[in-house]
Amino acid sequence: MNRISHCFQALRRAGRKALIPYITAGDPHPDQTVPLLHALVHAGADIIELGVPFSDPMADGPIIQKACERALSQGMSLRGVLELVREFRRTNADTPLVLMGYLNPIESMGFDAFAAGAREAGVDGVLTVDLPAEEASELAELLVAADIDPIFLLAPTSSIERIRRTVELARGYLYYVSLKGVTGSAALNVVEVEEKLAMIRTCTGLPLGVGFGIKDPPTAAAIAQIADAVVVGSAIVSRIAEWADDPERMRQEAGNLVSAMRQAMPVDSV
Amino acid sequence: MHSPVNFSQFPDQAGHFGRYGGRFVAETLMEALHELNEAWQDCRNDPDFLAELDTDLARYVGRPTPIYYAERWSRQLGGAQIYLKREDLNHTGAHKINNTVGQGLLAKRMGKTRLIAETGAGQHGVASATIAARLGMECVVYMGAEDIQRQAINVYRMRLLGATVQPVTSGSRTLKDALNEALRDWVANVDNTFYMIGTVAGPHPYPLMVREFQAVIGREAREQMLADHGCLPDALVACVGGGSNAIGLFHPFLNDSEVAIYGVEAAGSGIDTGRHAATLCAGRSGVLHGNRTYLLSDENGQITETHSVSAGLDYPGVGPEHAWLKDIGRAQYVAVTDAEALRAFHDLTRIEGIIPALESSHALAYVTQLAPALRPDQRIVVNLSGRGDKDIYTVAALDGIQL
Ligand SMILES: Cc1ncc(COP(=O)(O)O)c(C=O)c1O
Repeated sequence: MNRISHCFQALRRAGRKALIPYITAGDPHPDQTVPLLHALVHAGADIIELGVPFSDPMADGPIIQKACERALSQGMSLRGVLELVREFRRTNADTPLVLMGYLNPIESMGFDAFAAGAREAGVDGVLTVDLPAEEASELAELLVAADIDPIFLLAPTSSIERIRRTVELARGYLYYVSLKGVTGSAALNVVEVEEKLAMIRTCTGLPLGVGFGIKDPPTAAAIAQIADAVVVGSAIVSRIAEWADDPERMRQEAGNLVSAMRQAMPVDSV
Repeated sequence: MHSPVNFSQFPDQAGHFGRYGGRFVAETLMEALHELNEAWQDCRNDPDFLAELDTDLARYVGRPTPIYYAERWSRQLGGAQIYLKREDLNHTGAHKINNTVGQGLLAKRMGKTRLIAETGAGQHGVASATIAARLGMECVVYMGAEDIQRQAINVYRMRLLGATVQPVTSGSRTLKDALNEALRDWVANVDNTFYMIGTVAGPHPYPLMVREFQAVIGREAREQMLADHGCLPDALVACVGGGSNAIGLFHPFLNDSEVAIYGVEAAGSGIDTGRHAATLCAGRSGVLHGNRTYLLSDENGQITETHSVSAGLDYPGVGPEHAWLKDIGRAQYVAVTDAEALRAFHDLTRIEGIIPALESSHALAYVTQLAPALRPDQRIVVNLSGRGDKDIYTVAALDGIQL
């Protein structure tokens, strides 16, 4: 069993939901990524999504676009991200890491080389934003063979047919995009999210994460009531941007948000 | 010569041309693409839709466009006879409107009230704003902040037509970034918004749909050449940015294996300088803007910046059908430099009295190499994709003249 399923199992036993922060690797500087990862774990992150910067992040809003630009201007690359994962693993053997990014850097490295490199570095899941199920089988099979979970997005617009098709390839957890828009968009509607999650649950037993539009502890708490995992990206990345010149403060601010969310998220009595 | 591929059977149901094309977008767009594809499949066989389209192309755009025999230029080059397909005579001055008329009608059928578009040179933006004005729809055109500086006249034209020109300041602030931004808008506003992509790129069904709207160019050219000469031309030449004017001319001839086909890319300052936009000649396979195709990217898969004197060719990708046609050898792709294109721009202007767009001048520049290599009884059809009025400031500046 890999780290992701292990993590969800342990959380279930503890009556808790997963908190999954997202940061872009190499933002604001590659040297600061591993310390940031540790700070997030310390603050209560259960899993971390590590963004692989891309020149054309078409599903991301301005906050993560800018993060990609900062990281790329510091020379960050997919190879560099794998290097950072390797470094993180030297001091953290347990926290699952999911790479989140776009297909072209992976295609450019080659699917085989990527799957092997990611496994060797200690990656647990890969979410390729612009790779819907229809086009994903080749990469998904290689990842599964390397014991890496292919993570997929589902959206408010996903039909039941598309959900079925997606869950066939998905492993680890599913990432439900809570609103029509890009990362960092406005508020989400908890009731609508709940209805859609119920529909997805008729198709799969995989844990369901919800992201896009979760900005503060109250929203995280509300989503934790209805989903298995809460994903928070732009709210953290904007703190990183704000404190880019002061790494210590940056880790503190990012960590504070994560721990405030952690505390707001309810714990069930089991 | 070629394996007997029936080109009218491509792409497949999922939009693949061999290993290229497809639908590489975030889940948030998949349903919108599905809806678009359904609507388009209904319309493309609906006699009412096609009749309305034909009427608009005739009465609003001014089709059919003539084929003009460039007699003096042919004689000077001394080789094959050169025929220009006059897309520059279309309303708004380029082939782009063939596509926006079609997509505009489709948007209306789908009950959408808001049109969005990306633009580089501004030609597709103008063609989109034009159709939006005519249909009484809201129009937002995404344009890189760099391009807004370079193409002030087209920006003003779009604003006159009632469109909002939205500057894009992310990434390299050019066409590729405008396309990203338009996709982001579409994700957030799919309910009332129709996204008009301006070339044969993007996720399925765009490469197919735009091809079908532009194929009117090749259908007319084929009929016109047969009517005038009783035979098909020996060669076709068109410039390739995203590839829509080229595929529009080429597609109706793809099954005619005796017709040689040349797509001409922008070599900018020269391919070896790295400052160019010759995606097929110098790029490699990758995934961008919803499809797998040739791309200009660095060794880490990051998309690189391009350069061309012509803003309409300044794009680091290319339509997936061209990638496939290159790989299977049905079409050949070549590149000409800024300097060669400028020379052709001046030549056509002075010799034939036609000011070509800088994009089209790339096709013309290749003709100056190809024609002398052919016999005088052979014929070349070159797509004059647009007129050069929009480019005279650029050309004047390069010639050191202040207008
Ligand atoms: C006159 C003209 N020709 C060609 C192009 C290139 O586009 P495509 O390759 O899609 O025909 C443009 C794009 O703006 C254009 O304005």
